Amino acid sequence: MTKTISEKILSNHSGTDAHAGDIVIANLDYMMGQDGTSGVAIDSFNKMGAKKVFDSSKISIVIDHSSPSPNIGVSTIHKKIREFAKQTGVNLYDIGCGVCHQLLPEQGHVVPGDLVIGADSHTCTYGAINVFSTGIGSTDLAAAWISGKLWFKVPETLKLIYTNKLPKGVFSKDLILYTIGKLGAGGATYLALEIEGEVINEMSIDARMTISNMAIECGAKAGLMRADQKTLDWVGKHSTRKPNPIEPDKDAVYKDVVEFDLKQIEPQVAKPHTVDNVSPISEVAGTPIQMGLIGTCTNGRLEDLRVAAQILKGKKVHKDCRLIVAPASKTIFLDAIKEGIIETFIDANVAVVTPGCGPCVGTHNGVPANGENVISTANRNFKGRMGNPEAFIYLGSPATVAASVLNGKITDPRKYL
Amino acid sequence: MKGIAHKFKDNIDTDLIIPARYLNTSDPVELAKHCMEDADPDFVKKVSDGDFIVGGENFGCGSSREHAPIAIKAAGISAVIAKSFARIFYRNAINIGLPILESKEAADQIAEGDEIEVDLTTGKIKNLTKNQNHQAQSFPEFMQSLINAGGLIEYIKNLRSHGGGPK
Repeated sequence: MTKTISEKILSNHSGTDAHAGDIVIANLDYMMGQDGTSGVAIDSFNKMGAKKVFDSSKISIVIDHSSPSPNIGVSTIHKKIREFAKQTGVNLYDIGCGVCHQLLPEQGHVVPGDLVIGADSHTCTYGAINVFSTGIGSTDLAAAWISGKLWFKVPETLKLIYTNKLPKGVFSKDLILYTIGKLGAGGATYLALEIEGEVINEMSIDARMTISNMAIECGAKAGLMRADQKTLDWVGKHSTRKPNPIEPDKDAVYKDVVEFDLKQIEPQVAKPHTVDNVSPISEVAGTPIQMGLIGTCTNGRLEDLRVAAQILKGKKVHKDCRLIVAPASKTIFLDAIKEGIIETFIDANVAVVTPGCGPCVGTHNGVPANGENVISTANRNFKGRMGNPEAFIYLGSPATVAASVLNGKITDPRKYL
Repeated sequence: MKGIAHKFKDNIDTDLIIPARYLNTSDPVELAKHCMEDADPDFVKKVSDGDFIVGGENFGCGSSREHAPIAIKAAGISAVIAKSFARIFYRNAINIGLPILESKEAADQIAEGDEIEVDLTTGKIKNLTKNQNHQAQSFPEFMQSLINAGGLIEYIKNLRSHGGGPK
């Protein structure tokens, strides 16, 4: 029988002929926890009676969700994580290193064909480089630390094909927001996505990661792309591990195939309080904005910062508005300093903060006030997400956020590009 | 198990179940104090031990935080009944031993405040207020064995004590 990318990767890692619907126990290539989830995982690990991890070279813990720690409770969790890393020998990315989903591919831990889990829902990001990666919880992570394995239900796959070209000023973020608006927040629950087409072929790896990152926002288990030459070149620069690119069979069985031609779309904005509440920007333009955020595992990469700096260069953030920028990793931060991007931001009165997740997840580094509107490049706008249930979060591309904070209201970025 | 139904809409996300601003602890008792706070600030006051949460589609969507099912369980909820569950929440609930039941019919017909009785071994949901019966979907065999063990921690401990599982 023919297979999708998911069926092939899960077959390869379980030594079975796996098809959608099967439950397999599979060997993992890499596993990740962050500071929001690893504390509970360590508790579960201890309760399971374990003392050692199966292979410390396949495990990273990243302190990124509250980094550096904003309070004593979190500091206590961080201390527990540091002690666990020392005790078991697992790799620790401490404060300032960056956001987990940037670090795993950037630091070369994951390569095409891998099966990877992370105790963070946006682990699906590495689908952009042909990795079957998916989010799980803390107790699953603990079981995987001990055994190097985890059980999976092999998902059915929904294929998304993007034909033609994106118009100027419309980015991969707009593409995925548009898609989630069409599929709905639960539209792909329990499914893997295979994402392909001319539009994807044209995109950088950074841009592709934005799309795979948000696969979970329509419920998907993975957001897989094929590995083309661009992928292999990128992976070669970041990793010494050998990739094993996985192609779907030509006549693989899909739950559905949906084709999108986005030649005519505008920049897209998700409105409060759900990610699938998406409008073209013309419908929300003019909405007053008090705060912006550029960063996160969705859009904190170098080309995201570059486009924002291009729009803000020589200008100031609107006086009734503020902008926080958090580069997704220290490597990106350094590159942005070298390119003069950070100087542009600081000149424009932007608050540049340490690489990490803080403002997106509402733990620290920029909690909005009651009644304030925020526009963010993050992946979620749930009520309370940024730390205040009385605030309103809009999601858009880095260009849309930069244009909006310049004017203190939601603004179509295309006139600046 | 018997209790009162507390109804919620579709797409109840993990930030509504337990906001990240309270994740400075993994103590279930502390987490329970803020359970569902951003969806219904009075939820914790209204709940009695053994009550049920009845959700719509995609219950538990969003983050992978296991604190979400932990907070619900520690708040005294005996089971969550929903039309459908988000994937990670579904796994987490089974792993920590929070019973979940999927039934579109039950989630549609149960009203806020109805008295509910659930038999977890058969998946039968009885609405005592309306005198209606519903049947939840059964679990695949492997998941049922996790549930029977009381969650993943107990399952792994059992495997290890029988010499079979990971060391």
